[in-house]
Amino acid sequence: MDTTLKVEDLHKRFGEAEVLKGVSLSANTGDVIAMIGSSGSGKSTLLRCINLLEIPNSGRVYVNGELIRMKALPDGTSKPEDQKQVERIRSKLAMVFQSFNLWSHRTILENVIEAPVHVLGVPKKEAIERAEALLAKVGIADKRNFYPNHLSGGQQQRAAIARALAMEPSVLLFDEPTSALDPELVGEVLQVMRKLAEEGRTMLVVTHEMGFARDVANQIVFLHKGQIEEQGTPAEVIGHPKSERLKQFLSSTRH
Amino acid sequence: MDPSPSLFSLMSFGHDGWGARFMDGLVVTVEVSLAAYAVSLVFGLLGAGAKLSPYKWLRSIADVYTTLVRALPELLLLLLVYYSGADAIKFLLSFLGDDYDDVEVDPFAAAVMALGFIGGAYMTEVMRGAIQSIPVGQIEAAKACGMSPLLRVRRIILPQMLRFALPGMSNLWLNATKDSSLISVLGSFQDILFMGYRAASTTKHYSFFYSMTAVSFLVITLVSMAGIRLLEARVNRGYK
Repeated sequence: MDTTLKVEDLHKRFGEAEVLKGVSLSANTGDVIAMIGSSGSGKSTLLRCINLLEIPNSGRVYVNGELIRMKALPDGTSKPEDQKQVERIRSKLAMVFQSFNLWSHRTILENVIEAPVHVLGVPKKEAIERAEALLAKVGIADKRNFYPNHLSGGQQQRAAIARALAMEPSVLLFDEPTSALDPELVGEVLQVMRKLAEEGRTMLVVTHEMGFARDVANQIVFLHKGQIEEQGTPAEVIGHPKSERLKQFLSSTRH
Repeated sequence: MDPSPSLFSLMSFGHDGWGARFMDGLVVTVEVSLAAYAVSLVFGLLGAGAKLSPYKWLRSIADVYTTLVRALPELLLLLLVYYSGADAIKFLLSFLGDDYDDVEVDPFAAAVMALGFIGGAYMTEVMRGAIQSIPVGQIEAAKACGMSPLLRVRRIILPQMLRFALPGMSNLWLNATKDSSLISVLGSFQDILFMGYRAASTTKHYSFFYSMTAVSFLVITLVSMAGIRLLEARVNRGYK
């Protein structure tokens, strides 16, 4: 199997606080990896370091085997060597955010075609056709001409997923995609994500939804204080937790 | 002098009336205002970009610019920039050779540049605030799908900025129409205030002609406000 995404020895500091203390991770094509952990464990930061929304202090990220080239700076931080490479790789790592982050000055359809047309250079007509199919897939085809603020949170998040899919990404990054939603809207978003997992898409999901992690992910990563504490199949990690911290975490999330 | 009936004939468009000349003045005022405003948009964008840039030297230049311009009276600045700006251009051209010795700086261009330079300092602050009001997440979303910095500015930041900047920009437009009257002191322009002054001093109907001048500015403002309302509705679509 191909390694779609590989992360090696990632370190990230915010001032004095070391948020990631050497995290390594790899995802093969079709893997659905759920990242769990209490708040402050570094799971969102890890996700944001992968597409360089946060610049890691050190470490390596490979996407489809290609290393994102970084150069170390004297002050202990680093920066990308080639901004064009970063942009190209980002376009293959679509991200779905906790707060949706749809562009509020554009309609749902315009949100979905924006990057395909302007970043990938897809002809507009073709992009619209694909966008309509994607909006149908996530169940909001009838909302194509609405502005984001006129939709419910669940609909906005499904639109954001369609926007991510429109890039035909190698990996989908989900940053707590249901945490900002009213409880009754969580289900519709998880259902779409479940469908994507079944299609064999490679997904990295930071989540608090243990049910989703257990049923949909094929791998669970438990982060604690910036390190991977435990990692394995859902049966291993949720069924037979080894570390005391994971046991504690699981009992605190079970209601 | 016999007032009321003849007053209206004074504003007629016939041979003796001032109507046509007032219209000419109105056109000059609107032209200068529009051109100066366009220049202030450019200075404002550059200034806001500089103030938000990661480079300290750029931020410092922008700080000096907005501090100086906002500290000094506009009439003084206009005189300073108008006269020294023209000299500076001539001075720079002199380096290019003798061919440019006879170049005269067009007074219209010089006045427009001076007014635009002044307005740009205020525009800088309006735009800086507006850019900072854009939700960070929307810019991150643009980064995350691989948009280049230029593309982000063009497709996401500028259109989003407009919504937050429009009230301030509208104010600055109305200011620009009024500030344009400052050019009447430069002596080369027959704008609406200059026309009012000429008409008033020629006919000695001071109250009448200065009132007509005031009405002309009011008309510009009322028309502008109608346009601003349309623009506001446009940039706020999707938010109501």
